[in-house]
Amino acid sequence: MRLKAELVESQKTYQSPPVESTVNKLRRRLFNSPLDTVITITSGFLIAYLIANAIDWIFLSSIWSAEDEPLCREATGACWSVIDARHRIIIFGLFPYDEHWRSTLACIIMIGTIVASCFSWFWTTVRLGLLWIIGFGIFYVLMHGGIFGLSVITPERWGGLALTIFIFASVSIIGMPLSVVLALGRRAKLPVIARMVGLFIDFFRSLPLLTILFTTAVITPFVLPGWLLGDKLYRVIAGFAIFFACYQAENIRAGLQATPSGQDEAALTLGLNYWQRVSRIQLPQAFRYSLPAIVNQFVITFKETSIVTIVGFFEILASGAAAYGTGQWTVHYVEVYAFIGFIYFMFVFSLSRYGAYLEKKLRVGHV
Amino acid sequence: MIGLLRNRKLREAVTQAVAVSVVATIVVAMVINARATLDAQSLTTGFGFLRRSTGWDFSFSVLPYTISGTYSRTILIGILNTLLLGFLGLLGATLLGTLIGLIRTSGNYLFSLLGTIYVETFRNVPLILQAVFWYAIVSHLPRPRSAISLADAVFVSGRGVYFPVFNIGLFSVAIMGALIISWILILSWHKRRIDRPSAYHQIKVFGWLALAVIIIAIGYFAHTTGTPILDIPYLKGLNFAGGMRMPPELTALVIAISLYGGAYIGEVMLAGLMSVPKGQIEAGLVSGLSNFHIFSRIRMPLAIRSIFPALTNQYVQLMKATTIGIVVGFSDLFMIISTSINQSGQTLELLALLMGGFLLINLTIAFVMNTINRKIALKGYEVKG
Repeated sequence: MRLKAELVESQKTYQSPPVESTVNKLRRRLFNSPLDTVITITSGFLIAYLIANAIDWIFLSSIWSAEDEPLCREATGACWSVIDARHRIIIFGLFPYDEHWRSTLACIIMIGTIVASCFSWFWTTVRLGLLWIIGFGIFYVLMHGGIFGLSVITPERWGGLALTIFIFASVSIIGMPLSVVLALGRRAKLPVIARMVGLFIDFFRSLPLLTILFTTAVITPFVLPGWLLGDKLYRVIAGFAIFFACYQAENIRAGLQATPSGQDEAALTLGLNYWQRVSRIQLPQAFRYSLPAIVNQFVITFKETSIVTIVGFFEILASGAAAYGTGQWTVHYVEVYAFIGFIYFMFVFSLSRYGAYLEKKLRVGHV
Repeated sequence: MIGLLRNRKLREAVTQAVAVSVVATIVVAMVINARATLDAQSLTTGFGFLRRSTGWDFSFSVLPYTISGTYSRTILIGILNTLLLGFLGLLGATLLGTLIGLIRTSGNYLFSLLGTIYVETFRNVPLILQAVFWYAIVSHLPRPRSAISLADAVFVSGRGVYFPVFNIGLFSVAIMGALIISWILILSWHKRRIDRPSAYHQIKVFGWLALAVIIIAIGYFAHTTGTPILDIPYLKGLNFAGGMRMPPELTALVIAISLYGGAYIGEVMLAGLMSVPKGQIEAGLVSGLSNFHIFSRIRMPLAIRSIFPALTNQYVQLMKATTIGIVVGFSDLFMIISTSINQSGQTLELLALLMGGFLLINLTIAFVMNTINRKIALKGYEVKG
């Protein structure tokens, strides 16, 4: 009897591992030793100093309106007058002034499409496909015009944020299906095709993106017949999409390899044919495994769109340089770069946080 | 006919033959088209132009050059410039990344928050934007007359960073480098042959001392008599004379690549250090090792093995990213090639050289890193990626 009571008592005691109190945890993580205390205080001061200085520079001692630009010489903070005066150039580039609303609306719709595709409700081929075709279609119609009484604005005059988003969206919309094809091709049972696709992927992955964009901008006039050339912008996007697809294909291939082979064998014994196995069994699981890596590739691609400025496009980085390039604004380059950096940061940071969230969520149920 | 198509082997063979012939047709059509275009523009193909002189100038060179140098020499300079930029950038990124990785694994909340702020700031902004930003900052530094001076030996100005240099010539530096590398190779070869650690230790210490004496002797005798051994920059008129100049383009790019790459390598280091099984560290604690010994003898040696593959990847990526040097006008391989294309019109040949150059650089990095990785691999210890 006593033994049993003891056993119950001991089970009570050892039911759950001891929980460390918050105070104790903070003490251990901040003031564990004298050296630790010194480090904590120093980094605390440093962080406070950084934040205080940033707030002071951005908000407190900054000049906001374009008319107040002369005051900037005395001010210790940022001179946002340059943004106030030139933000239209940064965001819209050479787009005609009266049509800026179209560019704004197009950007909002495309960003909405990107945000919508982050919700798992859309994650079927049909829904995602429709969402992107409609979103991209509206974007293109708004930017290009020519129907519904909108005046035609050719891609040479697109610029700024809209061009950045256009390049990102069209690279994704071409590159994603292509990457699935490449990934399946590399894993094909036919040795010649698998080798050729593998060689293709490895070749593009071993070159810098800039080389590929440069090649498509400069070389393709040599090797392609005239009727296949198209606008320089479309050629560069095609090159970028192939580059993107080669990286994404490797992510998808990693997912395909992580899928247990029993799944495919089970489908085979049920008598499913190749396309059924690929579309119902292999790809859905592969995407689940490699979704964080795929999102990460989108993050990298969004940052890399800035490289097209080198082959002569007026995307947001180039339009930023143009914005501070004239007259009294030449001294305010820091504010312009901070503004563009902030725009990129908003996109890239939220996408990468989303990727981290997915990684955490999808890990449930797996070891 | 339909019966034949049912045969799986035959069907596969036919599919592959069709695929190969389609690809071959496209390639042949491209070649024919390129031929026709080149003929129409009456351009000569081939690598003969490499012996012609260029007649144009560029911003920075590792080797001495003149504007009448040949194309082959100019392209060689481009490759060396890219390698120099890559070396400095990767070095800075590795040092920063290691530091950040250590800070973020310190276990101190505020200290690791500092590391997180750094990583999130510099990883989420495109490298090219950071490069133009730093270039704008660096080229707006004060003029040489009012340059920032560190101990009157290093001068930081808008025209570049000037620092003192040993006045002994490139050739003797190359000999010294070769001596050091061959000694390290001999040492590592020797280590496997000798059984007694103390004997190896003696050889190591004496070898390094002897090498130091030899190098100092070479340095002393190689410098031109009558000039000082240490060439210190000094203000002369409107600019500096003497010393070595690091142009603002290179400075800005090295800063940008170090900060950007440092954020990525910091993540790699963090992941590697976290991948060391907790039991290994606890075992070290139980054995009574100090924190430093646990880090240097247990955690780092195990972490380095899972860090290496990811680090190789980062190095290759950063090396490819150096091509953005053209936005600030740094004459790396890409800029040299694109200027050459504009000037000579030998588009296809120069592009092949560009691609070949990058393939060579990246394959070399991958080969060296993979060899080291294989050499340090532990048998029976599974590395978690």
